Amino acid sequence: METEAPSMENPKISAYYQTRLAHFGVVSTEWLAQAQSATNPNPPLPSSSTNSHTDKDTNFSVIDEFNRWRNHPDLAEAVAAIRALAAVISASKASTMMQLEIELKNASDTLKAWDTTSISLTAASDLFMRYVTRTSALEFEDFNSAKARLIERADKFGEISYKARKIIGMLSQDFIFDGCTILVHGFSRVVFEVLKLAAHNKKRFRVFCTEGRPDRTGLRLSNDLAKLDVPVKLVIDSAVAYTMDEVDLVLVGADGVVESGGIINMMGTYQIALVAKSMNKPVYVAAESYKFARHYPLDQKDLAPALRPVDFGVPIPSKVEVECSARDYTPPQYLTLLFTDLGVLTPSVVSDELIQLYL
Amino acid sequence: MDPPRRPPRTIIDPVPKFRQVGFFTPSAPPDRSQSGPPDPTHSPPLPETSAAASLSPVMIPPPRHLSDNLLIHRSAAMVPSPRRAESISVGGNGSYSDAAPVSPAPSSSYSSRLGGERGFFDGKEKIVASSFPRGGFDLTALKGNVVVKESALTTVSVVNDSLVIHEKEKPHKGGGSAGEMKDQSNSSKQQKPKLTKAERRELQEAQRAAKAAAKGEGNKASATATSANARPAKAVKPAQKSDNASVAATEKKGGDFPHEKDRKKDVPQPRLQYDDKSRVEKAKRRSVVKQTEARNRVELFRHLPQYEHGSQLPDLEAKFFDLYPMHPAVYKVGLQYISGDISGGNDRCIAMLQAFQEAIKDYKVPPEKSLGRDLTAKIGSYVSFLIECRPLSISMGNAIRFLKSQIAKLPLTLSESEAKTSLQADIERFISEKIVLANKVIVKHAVTKIRDGDVLLTYGSSLAVEMILLHAHELGKQFRVVIVDSRPKLRGQQLLRRLVEKGLNCTYTHINGVSYIMHEVSRVFLGAESILSNGTVYSRVGTASVAMVAHAARVPVIVCCEAYKFHERVQLDSICSNELGDPEVISNVPGRMDVNHLNGWADIENLQLLNLIYDAMPSDYVSMIVTDYGMVPPTSVPVIVREYGREQVWI
Repeated sequence: METEAPSMENPKISAYYQTRLAHFGVVSTEWLAQAQSATNPNPPLPSSSTNSHTDKDTNFSVIDEFNRWRNHPDLAEAVAAIRALAAVISASKASTMMQLEIELKNASDTLKAWDTTSISLTAASDLFMRYVTRTSALEFEDFNSAKARLIERADKFGEISYKARKIIGMLSQDFIFDGCTILVHGFSRVVFEVLKLAAHNKKRFRVFCTEGRPDRTGLRLSNDLAKLDVPVKLVIDSAVAYTMDEVDLVLVGADGVVESGGIINMMGTYQIALVAKSMNKPVYVAAESYKFARHYPLDQKDLAPALRPVDFGVPIPSKVEVECSARDYTPPQYLTLLFTDLGVLTPSVVSDELIQLYL
Repeated sequence: MDPPRRPPRTIIDPVPKFRQVGFFTPSAPPDRSQSGPPDPTHSPPLPETSAAASLSPVMIPPPRHLSDNLLIHRSAAMVPSPRRAESISVGGNGSYSDAAPVSPAPSSSYSSRLGGERGFFDGKEKIVASSFPRGGFDLTALKGNVVVKESALTTVSVVNDSLVIHEKEKPHKGGGSAGEMKDQSNSSKQQKPKLTKAERRELQEAQRAAKAAAKGEGNKASATATSANARPAKAVKPAQKSDNASVAATEKKGGDFPHEKDRKKDVPQPRLQYDDKSRVEKAKRRSVVKQTEARNRVELFRHLPQYEHGSQLPDLEAKFFDLYPMHPAVYKVGLQYISGDISGGNDRCIAMLQAFQEAIKDYKVPPEKSLGRDLTAKIGSYVSFLIECRPLSISMGNAIRFLKSQIAKLPLTLSESEAKTSLQADIERFISEKIVLANKVIVKHAVTKIRDGDVLLTYGSSLAVEMILLHAHELGKQFRVVIVDSRPKLRGQQLLRRLVEKGLNCTYTHINGVSYIMHEVSRVFLGAESILSNGTVYSRVGTASVAMVAHAARVPVIVCCEAYKFHERVQLDSICSNELGDPEVISNVPGRMDVNHLNGWADIENLQLLNLIYDAMPSDYVSMIVTDYGMVPPTSVPVIVREYGREQVWI
């Protein structure tokens, strides 16, 4: 499963971004074929799946489970991972805490190896493992109640994630004032929640939406916003600097928040942050706290590569290389504030939280 | 009294906030009554009332050098003011104390002027009176309606005044320099004799010594004996020495109240400022190592100790067999510091801790004494000796705090030998966990940041960086190394040798070439002596320059430092705290006898050589810090210090 997981053609193509395309990108007819094949969840072949998890006692496949949850558009990938791990627990035949932990560790490693590019997946699995080890250390009760507690916690995690978006929405309301112009990039469910809540609170604001090529997620977002009667203006990615004068604040989501306080997000975020900083516009990031990951990239190339095939609409000669990285890293000095479910934080607090959590 | 000029005041005039230095035109008489009607011929200083009101009654003056004040005294003394005289005479009727030969008006006038001329300030809000010697005026004689003068007046030194030592004075300055008590301001009208600067200084010293004698319980007396003679005395009272150390520590604290002594542990103690002559002399009297102060000291760094190098070692070696109460292992380490055999934060710390281990092993509790306190005192005395040999590095300071806290935490039920073994085990654990193991963890983290094709730059020779490079090479990564080196120590050469032996591709350059080579470099790895709470990295001189050039070239700078070297102190520049090395090594270029232009530099008055050992790098230049707690941004250093507490970081 691991080898054929991400894609047939290119093993480095990021399943994470494929999924996002499936959920939020514009599916046009000429893309349909490609999209279908790309997002085809690795067909749940029981035989192949069980082979790869021979170290588990059961026929249970964590990847299967994960995929099942992952394809739900409203569910964050992290939550899908946690639910998958919870399923591992419930299906586990271990009889001691240590055994269970080992099983979980294996499952989490498998998940991480399956898609190395997804930061929130890694972060969420680490978080859950951390929670497990911590509680097991304090656990004196019998094994079954411990197990039940873990499962309950995992389920709660889904709720937490959902609630996190609400909390972030509420916290961000203070920053959206009447008459402001917001620039958004990429389709983030959190950002959408923020804007939805603002519209609901009858705030007057307008949104500039970047097109977000190659996924063209901006189109989808503008569609959704228009349904809420929010004035939306679509700008192509190259027009960001042109329109930055009229913008009051930039609001983006994050695929992952790294230890330096910077974020990893869809390609183009770094560019926008640079322009905004040079024009003294604040850049706000809306991210849940489970996205805090223990990476520390020093530059753009320091991330694990996550590639997405880019369709230019016309055939490209084979001699021409295409930059198809799906994401970039925005260093913390370009970010003003992070809106998280832990509160409104400055970028340096991320490391603080991570230290408290992991050490 | 002069009613129109001096209405009775209910509040005591606090210490004047500003003082003049050097040149001012004493043309306008000061306004003695701050809240009184303004004098028509008054020079236009700041409104006194506002200045007075803005001063809190508990201004704590920092130590000022004597000569500054005396300078003022002199210049101010020149101009008598008729009205002053009148006021003096009027006020003097009721307020002369039994002291003082009459000093003409000027002396009081100038000091009052000092208070009055708020407009002159040298940019630092120094309190005049703080540095004034305690005049010891009999304030009791002056009470009530006596106009409250600026206490500056009161603190002008007086030859024969009765030495009424007012205990209300904040005793933070052991030298009794804080004369800013408002109560003393009553004696403003006293006449003071005109003394020359030198005479005043000597008088002051005498007063201070007398005060110290009066104040001390006799331990000062034992401590003030010269080191050679005091050896037997010291042997008798080893515990006293640590008392002195703690008293000195209290004195050293720039102006804290005595009731903050219990908070001493929380506040990192500031170091002895060496431009305060009295303290230096006091320290010298107590010291074991005889050092002569260097000549031609750079003015900006006068607050740091600098001694003639080369003179201490033979002296100490001769005393080797006469070294009770110093333990031979500690003595040996001290000698090694002086001679430079051991240098580098980790090495010095390990050597010191191992010496302490030995000392603890041989230690025997004297009868009737508690192990905890006596051992702590003994360790304190060893530490003062080591400080004299070479100022402590921050890592050593942390290690000593750890040791002392471990001693303090010893349960009382332990027997002596058990306690000793437990302490030795603690020290062993500290070394192995906080230094050796920490370095391994650092290597493990940092190696992930090295990719194939990288060009790595490092400066000087840091153990952590060397281990990282060697480990990355073992893992088979393809990279090359640029080593930047600088005089006078040229430590990069040793690193170069060791790396080339292992087969790494190395380039070696001097620090003048760093901006030339930086464009080729992909990562910079630096070591650190310590990292402070605001993210400032304190390391060998030159490191900050390398980081600055790297930052300008947008090359990521990675600092590798063990967590035990973190400190909660904050430092903004490289000047306020540093270490001065031997200036001779700057003038001599080894192997080049023809480069002798600086021979005899010490005789040239205008020429001063400065050999700084450390510098401070602001956190903006640092991209990442690798510690045994992982990779953190520089903003997280206080988090680690806080989370893991001072105790826990070292457990």
